Amino acid sequence: MEREPGPGGARRALGRLVEAVLASRGEANAVFDILAVLQSEDQEEVQEAVRACSRLFGALLARGELFVGQLPSEEMVMAGSQGATRKYKVWMRHRYHSCCNSLRELLAHSSFQVKELALSTLMKFVQLEGEHPLEKPKWEGNYLFPRQLFKLVVEGLLSSEEDRSLLLSQFREYLEHDDIRYHTMQAASDTVARVTDGRPEVPLIFWNNAFTLLSSVSLPRQEGDLSSFYVKHVELSDKWKVVHLKEHQKAFQLMWLGFLKHQLPLRICKKVLVIMHDAILPHLAQPSLMIDFLTRAYDIGGAISLLALNGLFILIHKHNLEYPDFYRKLYGLLDPSVFHVKYRARFFHLADLFLSSSHLPAYLVAAFAKRLARLALTAPPEALLMVLPFICNLLRRHPACRVLMHRPRGPALDADPYDPSEEDPAQSRALESSLWELQALQRHYHPEVSKAASVINQALSVPEVSIAPLLELTAFEIFEQDLKKGPESVPLEFIPAQGLLGQQDDLCAQHFTLS
Amino acid sequence: MVVPASEGCCLEPSRQCLAQLDVVCRVYRVSSTVFTFLLLPLRALGRRSPGKRLPLLGDPAHVCFLGLLFQLPQRTQTLLKEYKERDKSNVFKDKRFGEYSSDISPEEKMLKRFALEQQRQHEKKSIYNLNEDEELTHYGQSLADIEKHNDIVDSDSDAEDRGALSAELTAAHFGGGDGLLYKKTSQQQGEEGEKPKSRKELIEELIAKSKQEKRERQAQREDALELTEKLDQDWKEIQALLARKTPKPEGRGGKEKPQPDAYDVMVRELGFEMKAQPSNRMKTKEELAEEAQARLRRLEAERLRRMLGKDEDEHTKNPKHVSADDLSDGFILDKDDRRMLSYKDGKMNIEEEPGGEASASESAEEEEEEEGSGEEGDPEENDGPDGHSDLESDVGSEDGGERAEEDTCLVTGDTAIADDGGAREAARTELPYTLAAPESYEELKSLLSGKSVEEQLLVVERIQKCSHPSLAVGNKAKLEKLFGFLLEYIGDLATEDPPGLGIIDKLVVHLYNLCQMFPDSASDSMKFVLRDAMHEMEATVESTGRAAFPGLDVLIYLKIVGMLFPTSDFRHPVVTPALLCMSQLLTKCPVLSLRDVLKGLFVCCVFLDYVSLSQRFIPELINFLLGILYIATPKKQSQGYTLVHPFRALGRNSELLVVSDKEDMATWQRRRLSLHWAAGPKAQTKTEANHTRLSCLAVCLALVERCVRVYGALPSFHDIVRPLRALLTEHLADGSHPRELQELGQSALTEMETQAQLCRPLVCEKSKPVPLKLFTPRLVRVLEFGRKQGSSKEEQERKRLIHKHKREFRGAVREIRRDNQFLARMQLSEITERDAERKRKVKQLFNSLATQEGEWKALKRKKFKK
Repeated sequence: MEREPGPGGARRALGRLVEAVLASRGEANAVFDILAVLQSEDQEEVQEAVRACSRLFGALLARGELFVGQLPSEEMVMAGSQGATRKYKVWMRHRYHSCCNSLRELLAHSSFQVKELALSTLMKFVQLEGEHPLEKPKWEGNYLFPRQLFKLVVEGLLSSEEDRSLLLSQFREYLEHDDIRYHTMQAASDTVARVTDGRPEVPLIFWNNAFTLLSSVSLPRQEGDLSSFYVKHVELSDKWKVVHLKEHQKAFQLMWLGFLKHQLPLRICKKVLVIMHDAILPHLAQPSLMIDFLTRAYDIGGAISLLALNGLFILIHKHNLEYPDFYRKLYGLLDPSVFHVKYRARFFHLADLFLSSSHLPAYLVAAFAKRLARLALTAPPEALLMVLPFICNLLRRHPACRVLMHRPRGPALDADPYDPSEEDPAQSRALESSLWELQALQRHYHPEVSKAASVINQALSVPEVSIAPLLELTAFEIFEQDLKKGPESVPLEFIPAQGLLGQQDDLCAQHFTLS
Repeated sequence: MVVPASEGCCLEPSRQCLAQLDVVCRVYRVSSTVFTFLLLPLRALGRRSPGKRLPLLGDPAHVCFLGLLFQLPQRTQTLLKEYKERDKSNVFKDKRFGEYSSDISPEEKMLKRFALEQQRQHEKKSIYNLNEDEELTHYGQSLADIEKHNDIVDSDSDAEDRGALSAELTAAHFGGGDGLLYKKTSQQQGEEGEKPKSRKELIEELIAKSKQEKRERQAQREDALELTEKLDQDWKEIQALLARKTPKPEGRGGKEKPQPDAYDVMVRELGFEMKAQPSNRMKTKEELAEEAQARLRRLEAERLRRMLGKDEDEHTKNPKHVSADDLSDGFILDKDDRRMLSYKDGKMNIEEEPGGEASASESAEEEEEEEGSGEEGDPEENDGPDGHSDLESDVGSEDGGERAEEDTCLVTGDTAIADDGGAREAARTELPYTLAAPESYEELKSLLSGKSVEEQLLVVERIQKCSHPSLAVGNKAKLEKLFGFLLEYIGDLATEDPPGLGIIDKLVVHLYNLCQMFPDSASDSMKFVLRDAMHEMEATVESTGRAAFPGLDVLIYLKIVGMLFPTSDFRHPVVTPALLCMSQLLTKCPVLSLRDVLKGLFVCCVFLDYVSLSQRFIPELINFLLGILYIATPKKQSQGYTLVHPFRALGRNSELLVVSDKEDMATWQRRRLSLHWAAGPKAQTKTEANHTRLSCLAVCLALVERCVRVYGALPSFHDIVRPLRALLTEHLADGSHPRELQELGQSALTEMETQAQLCRPLVCEKSKPVPLKLFTPRLVRVLEFGRKQGSSKEEQERKRLIHKHKREFRGAVREIRRDNQFLARMQLSEITERDAERKRKVKQLFNSLATQEGEWKALKRKKFKK
């Protein structure tokens, strides 16, 4: 292929070659030239070549100039004595294959534009091949989908080498189509199984890519007609699996179970748990199958346990799951870090739900209240503003626990009978104790916290305080609120300033110097 | 409808009212007895409710009656007049003041007229004529004439009858003699019996009489003149004695007029001389100290009240007592602010006293005190005019009295400043004396950049003085802005490398003074700065989930907040956000380096300083100290405590403060931590770094001990410090640290253990019993009887308006109808009058004709007879 200088040169040359190949079968060998450019170093040229391939094979597919059926090997056909047309078709189809393989390799190209172009070209081939199947239908109305080619694409996306989240987000557009989604789920399950098969260590990048792809699959909620197909069909048949939501759900479930049965990295685990209640559980054919994963996660401890709580809650609540020692474990989850983790709001929302039952034994609720109060001694103000009403709500719901804040004629003790290290709430002796922690928090430096803690000085009012608006409270919001608190007069310090570290009995002056 | 009369009229008909009654009776052709009869029930009704002012107002019958009574005369005055003038093209206008208005009494009317006339006389003929002054008079005499004193004698001669001729004379001359003649004759008839005089005689007598009178008058005048001159001479002698002056040689004393000026001038001098008023005595030192103490005590009591936060809800409910005479302009007269006479350098001090005293704004007072004590101890500032502009001297004289006292009682001068007095003096002379307040931050920066610390301070000081709020109107805003700029400047200085902490240290005093002057704007700028810092942090937290420790500027700002505002308040508009800001610093910023440790410890110190008085509990601080202690502990077992957010049990920084070098440990000496080092990157040797680590640990242990002491009384103290205790025990068990540190730790630990814990069960406060529900009747205000009640306020208002409109409309129609009736009546009466006249005339004609006829007939008969 002769080269012309300039960026437009390659395009023109390639264009000419494509024209030639399409015009006469005699020029077919020019395909090699085009395919050769796909390996080029120059990004522009590669893009041109991809476009040329797209045009060329698109036209060939549409014309039906590719061999249909089980593809014999190239040498056999060339050596055989079939007709020239058949030989040409078989040969061309081999070229098509090699083109697809090169495109799949281009998905790992360094330039994103090339990647994107390769992906869209491959998807175009998928569409055209679906319309003009390269295999013979086994019976009348047989559903045909270029599974091989599509698997190639998905494999390309689920790379183990580099993060393909950008490309995957491009791919998400195609997932709008029902058939693509269905086959993606199948292909993804296959790929995950293949990659993890027999390998002890799977790179984190693969998990990331897989999770991105899996999480972008979202099934429709209702059984509508699944008719938004990427591959255009003249008419849809009821016998096809792809038109039934149930089949989709099965594929979905297979895909996730296949994914989650592996030992996932903690970060991926967290991500899965975050979307579990919302995006995964409702679409599963049998949600109770998730129990394995969830209990495993719940046992890990820390933030993961908090997150697993949500999925477990749905299983318990909607699917009649019996979970032994649930409250004991919940009690165990309460440690100082709950007030500092990102999922604080979600956790307390759920904890509120779990503890809302009025049939819980008093000792349990008392233990929870006492534990939370103890933890509140280390909490930042935004958490305190939420947890103090939370504790008061517990006491409101369970009048038997009010001894925690009101125990007339009780003997004075020299130590708190509550045992914080006891794991069993029943043994923690919380009911014998009082909420001295809240009394301590009445001396908190923030006025609102102090007020919230002072609620226990009076008999509690009957209606519960809704903690929903307090769950998402951040320190910055409190800060803004404090700043905006009315234009009251500003009292001033009356001891005159003597310099930055001028005051006597000033801690800063004792421990720091300016020099 | 116009009801012009006061209600006195309708209760007790006055004379005026009865006169009108007469008119009414005549017009309506009813007898006045009938009318008075009509009035009777009215009187009775009025008497029945004497307390009310308008007993029957609104009663339709009454209104109608009043209308009859009082509208008629009014109609005669207005409508009738118009009617009568309907065909006239000329209008006669009476321009006399208030001629037709009945609501001014005649006396008043006359007074007003007189005043108007006077005014008209004094009006300048031309506004551009400046020379023509209005003449001032006293008892009708020009003051200018009195001033001249030239005709004292003549003044009391015969002023009243000099120009006027005697009544008799005029009567005789111009009266034609008739009246006089008659009068005289009647007089003389009594005296001389029946002897009439001729006209000639009478006139002669008269002339003689007048001549004699004239002569007498002249003689009298001369006598008076003589007497006055004699009196003057006598007075002169006495005056000479009084003034201890030798009397002037009296060569021409007899003839010459005495000079009135000498006396007059003296009298005036005496009158206008300022009298010395007693002023407050100077206070002794003890008294001053006592006063200052009382003030402090009062402020402290106020602070305590705010700390407890008791009045949070109350202060909105019960406002202060407000006098009925209060104009709500914030003026409170609690001191006599009249000017006192005072002397300075032997001269009268006429300049104004400090205005701060009068308005009782203690902030101003304080500020002046601060100025006196804070900025300098050099007395040159005050005495002697050191060439400052008069602006300066004004400020100086303002607090002159106070400053002088303070300078004497001020024992402690700032030694640092006293040392470099020379440099200061040099700077003083170089810099311009008047400096305009900067309008932008850049301006301030350009003013301050490239100058030494002293010069910068001087510049700031002078800016403050030159734009003192008492000097010009806009200065307040300028100084308010200056606060913000200074704050910004301090932030810039703190982020510099190395940070200009020395200047900041001095500038803080100025900030304090400015803040005392303008608390509101100062708090606003402070809030702005804090918000900026928080926003920055929020942004990083949101993007990365954590934030780095901010620069030194934020820490300095936090420290400054603690110095400008009372930190112990239950809720304070600036301090509460600052506390939250610090809480965020301690919870959101992971400790990644030794510098972070330093900053964190500084924040802890500031935090503890904030709550040193209120002794409030800070969970974050305990967590942070636990974390610091953790990263300083080698070989940990991690039992009995859990770390929270910014710290992690494992990881790169979990042994940040661990020192393993034995030699460094041996050479370490406890020193204060340097803020400088916290700010900028500064190469440190390994030993230095190790020493800093140990110092940090020492500070941390000291803070732990402090916390233990502060929070010892909290109810669940042991639960709070349990993790610290566990870690500290572990720490001490290691035993590798220097002795001093171990002692520190040990003392903290023993302090913790000795705190007694008493767990008294909680008991709620007894709440008041809830009162029984009482069914109080629903009260609905009845506004008008027969009207639908219970509708909304707007609807009622609308109905009321509609009703009023209807009533007014009817009233207007009735008025018009009455007007027409009145006119018709008038026309009718005119016609009848005319008819009567015509009838009369016709009758007359007939009469005359009849008499003519009769005469003629009689004549004829006579003739006929003849």
